Amino acid sequence: MRRALLAVAAVVAAAVARPGVAAAQRPDVLRVGAAGPYTNVTAAVAAAHPHDTVVVEPGVYREETVVIDRPLTLLGREGAVLDGEGRRGLVVVAADSVSVLGLTLRDTGITFVDDRAALRVERVRFCHIEGNRIENAFFGIYLANAGDCVVRNNVLIAHGDRESRAGNGIHLWYSARVTIEDNRVEGHRDGIYFEFVEDSRVRGNRSQDNLRYGLHFMFSDGCSYLRNSFRRNGAGVAVMYTRGVVMEGNDFDDNRGGAAFGLLLKEITDSRIAGNRFHRNSVGIHAEGANRLEVVENDFVANGWAVQVLANSEESSFRRNNFVGNSFDVSTNSRRTYSTFEDNYWDRYRGYDRDRDGTGDVPFRPVRLFSLVVEQNEPALVLQRSFLVTLLDLAESVLPMLTPDNLVDARPALNPIATPWRPS
Amino acid sequence: MSTTRKVFRYQTRNVVRSRALIGYALFFLATTLGLVRLGGGVERVLPSLANVVLLAVPLVSLLVATIFLYDGRPFTELLLSQPVGRRSLFAGLYLGLTLPLIGAFLLGVGLPLASSGATQEVPGQAVLLLLSGTLLTAVFTAIGFVVAFTLGDAARGLGAALLLWLVLTVVYDGVVLIASHAFAAYPLERPMLVAMVLNPVDLARVLILIAVDASALLGYTGAVFQDFFGKGWGLVGAAVSLTAWIALPYAWALRRFTRMDF
Repeated sequence: MRRALLAVAAVVAAAVARPGVAAAQRPDVLRVGAAGPYTNVTAAVAAAHPHDTVVVEPGVYREETVVIDRPLTLLGREGAVLDGEGRRGLVVVAADSVSVLGLTLRDTGITFVDDRAALRVERVRFCHIEGNRIENAFFGIYLANAGDCVVRNNVLIAHGDRESRAGNGIHLWYSARVTIEDNRVEGHRDGIYFEFVEDSRVRGNRSQDNLRYGLHFMFSDGCSYLRNSFRRNGAGVAVMYTRGVVMEGNDFDDNRGGAAFGLLLKEITDSRIAGNRFHRNSVGIHAEGANRLEVVENDFVANGWAVQVLANSEESSFRRNNFVGNSFDVSTNSRRTYSTFEDNYWDRYRGYDRDRDGTGDVPFRPVRLFSLVVEQNEPALVLQRSFLVTLLDLAESVLPMLTPDNLVDARPALNPIATPWRPS
Repeated sequence: MSTTRKVFRYQTRNVVRSRALIGYALFFLATTLGLVRLGGGVERVLPSLANVVLLAVPLVSLLVATIFLYDGRPFTELLLSQPVGRRSLFAGLYLGLTLPLIGAFLLGVGLPLASSGATQEVPGQAVLLLLSGTLLTAVFTAIGFVVAFTLGDAARGLGAALLLWLVLTVVYDGVVLIASHAFAAYPLERPMLVAMVLNPVDLARVLILIAVDASALLGYTGAVFQDFFGKGWGLVGAAVSLTAWIALPYAWALRRFTRMDF
């Protein structure tokens, strides 16, 4: 009896430990490297079962574009490089639940026929792209019709020379619920580009020295942009035709030039811009047809024009911002304004506070007469800071005749406001 | 040369001991300290200070130079009765007046700025401010020499100096502004820059603009300004022109001085 029981136990144990069954159940690791078993990525992907991991050992791989058509993880070891030799894109993700991690993708070359990308993600969900380095790509990471993806900690460096010969760094088209986090993008046409994207988050990215915009989005409702840094981009940041935008804690720095804007808002509605810093931009915020914006607790420091609000912007409110050391604080193109300014700190304010409640007793008019002069006659800009101009501004502020009557901060703060922006 | 040095030493001692110079240094010291203490951040201090410098430096340099020259006229004549070269005497007088003024300016503005940390935070802006003040001083003492050696009468000389100051700091810009409106339909960038070069106060102001308002200047769409203010040669050009502005009145005054019948 005892022996019979033992025999049964042995048979059961053998059945559980049968190697074939175990391999089918457990995700496998497939190695790609000069030493084998696979010598190119495509072969390993073709041999992989769903949810396997393809590990790419260090080395330079020159092969046809890798198409990942089943859910798996493509993991590059440090020094694993896919080289496009200036002729092709490198990886296409064509299945749900694919991860691409730690690879270096380089040299896609430039094409004017299609949007060639180092890494293209098309019509899939749940992709995860992390820790990759993309060098000299036309488009870097290209998501089209993608959903629920994460793009994190990638470094994209290109050396575009002309806008027409460069592609975007991280490019999203018709996508939803994507997280773009802690990436660095340099030298592309637009650093981060969104078109028809919904409910996505862009956080902690650094986008700098791009040829056109650091961030560029259109028709992308309900997205938020938090603690990013946009620096020295050819034209700054431009956002258009969108509602429900949240921009908080970003740094718009050093975007200078004839058509450069820290933040260009065109047809933006019901959005919140809070706790950002605008530093040394030709124009801090340029608002055109921007309605019901809340611009709160931002720092505008050392910009050419801190805020330009055109008359087609309605019901926006600028509250508790700091305006320090700007050449011009506010300018507009009309004698009326439909936006309100309240409780801001203006370093030009020369009023007094007799009841000592921290707000000035005399309203402040942020539009200088000289800014109207410059508006009509731009070369007159070289007279900025001349004694004559100071006198003109003074005369106008005592007896306003030409500047917008209702563009007034009725409650200017006497001391700089503690804003939440901190260098990240 | 030794004549120059002797005259220079005498003149320097004379100027440094005067209350005007001490007052001048104290004025800048108080203004800069006040702005640093009360004015908030560096972004605020330097532009405000620039406004003061652009007004006060030309005025004081011009007045001090003319007053000292008129006051020292008998002494100058006495020296001329000795076997002394006029050129070296002139150089001694000029340096003896200009260098103490520059010293007072650098001391009054530079010290508080350095102690406030502005020279570390925005070294470029601070240096440009000090440079433009220094050059302005040298230009306007030279202009003071022209006035003093052209007009014999001290009252008329001082009046002329004041008028000149008013014209260069206010009236000139007004004319430029009106002209730029009248000819707004034409490409005005080059003429505007030329107009700035023709006035030393404007040149010094442009130097400061390059430091402080570069963001706005680069925001202007014209290519001439983009080149001028964006590529560094605006800075060099303005500094060189301002230096040339020292030579022009200096040469003129020297010519008057060497040919003058005392």
